[in-house]
Amino acid sequence: MSPLAKLVEAALFASARPLTVEELVTLDPQAGAAAVRAALVELRNAFATGDHGVELIEIAQGWQFLTQREYAEAIDRAQFALRPRRLSPAALETLAIIAYRQPVGRSEVDEIRGVDSGAVIDKLAERGLVEVVTRGEGLGRPLLYGTTPQFLEILGLKDLDELPRLEELSVALRPPAPAEPE
Amino acid sequence: MTALPPTAQDQAGFVVELEQFSGPLDLLLHLIREDEVDITDLPIAKIADQFLAVINELRLNQAADYLEMAARLLRIKAQMLLPRHVGDDEWEDPRAELVRRVLEYQQIRELVEWLGAAAARRAEQFGRGFSPEPPTVPPAPLVIDLNDLLAAAERVIALIPEPVLHRVVPRPLDVEGATARIEALLAERAALGWGDVVGERPTIVDVLSAFIALLELAKRGALRVHQEGPFAPIQIRRESPREAR
Repeated sequence: MSPLAKLVEAALFASARPLTVEELVTLDPQAGAAAVRAALVELRNAFATGDHGVELIEIAQGWQFLTQREYAEAIDRAQFALRPRRLSPAALETLAIIAYRQPVGRSEVDEIRGVDSGAVIDKLAERGLVEVVTRGEGLGRPLLYGTTPQFLEILGLKDLDELPRLEELSVALRPPAPAEPE
Repeated sequence: MTALPPTAQDQAGFVVELEQFSGPLDLLLHLIREDEVDITDLPIAKIADQFLAVINELRLNQAADYLEMAARLLRIKAQMLLPRHVGDDEWEDPRAELVRRVLEYQQIRELVEWLGAAAARRAEQFGRGFSPEPPTVPPAPLVIDLNDLLAAAERVIALIPEPVLHRVVPRPLDVEGATARIEALLAERAALGWGDVVGERPTIVDVLSAFIALLELAKRGALRVHQEGPFAPIQIRRESPREAR
């Protein structure tokens, strides 16, 4: 492996969160973004050989080492790490609306869901999945929310473009199929 | 303080979020799917009845969001019953707005499935330095001493603003007194000015009493009131009393 790839590997190992290319460039300003990107690809390939328990993943607009899926059960059982708590349907509904309508105010979320969503939004903000991005026009200049990099991280997404496009969703009402292939 | 027994609490408790349905739209969508009806041609009467039955059964009929939807459904049901002309272009389907919302909500539900699946898949991998979220600890039992409680109550009471009261007191007009004074003045002089009638520094009651007395005397024909123009001085002149009374 190239010296730069090893430097990037060390930095990613040391970090508890995904690091972006811009952040990695600061390791060696002379290298430049293109070289860092090449190093990341080199590193990913090196770990993709099947000889490792971790892999390099592009996530939340950055890069991160994650354990291979096949070891999740064992690690979970041994309680070396715990799986994150699952989000409730109400939380997922609210996240979906905020992700697609951002920046969006609370009243719009309430209207689409048909229920008061203030408490759910507060909880999502507390978990760092959404944040106030701006204030809207109009009465009281309402707080407008958007999603955070943390949101991409818990979903394993590179960026928001990886969310399904609304046109791809079937809007036609489907009768409840016994086993819906998703 | 003693806690309510759990059964009473269950009955008195306000339903905020139910495991089964995440809101009235979710329940509505569930009913539509169960009946396998065409969402764009919603059998509103049937759906409204089912909706009411379910919220009664699940004791959701205390939750405002569900009640609001129930009211909406009943209103649409009523609007559908109104007679309309055949081929009336002006007629707007009262269900349109609801159908739009249900379709929109259905889209959200599809996204929820997608997001849930993505999150579940992501949860199969662990990153470095993963720290689990802190467990939610129930709040510590409330310890409070009587003095603190009383002091707090006093603070709250002190914050209550003194209500602003307008006292309405009867201030009877003294029309009779004013009438007597004017008559006495007219007995001495044939003509008076407004200032002579009300006297110096009149109160509002004096002015009103004098004015009513003047009008009354003028009506009786005891005097004549004359004013050149608006805001001009008022002149009062004695009139020989008429006999016909």
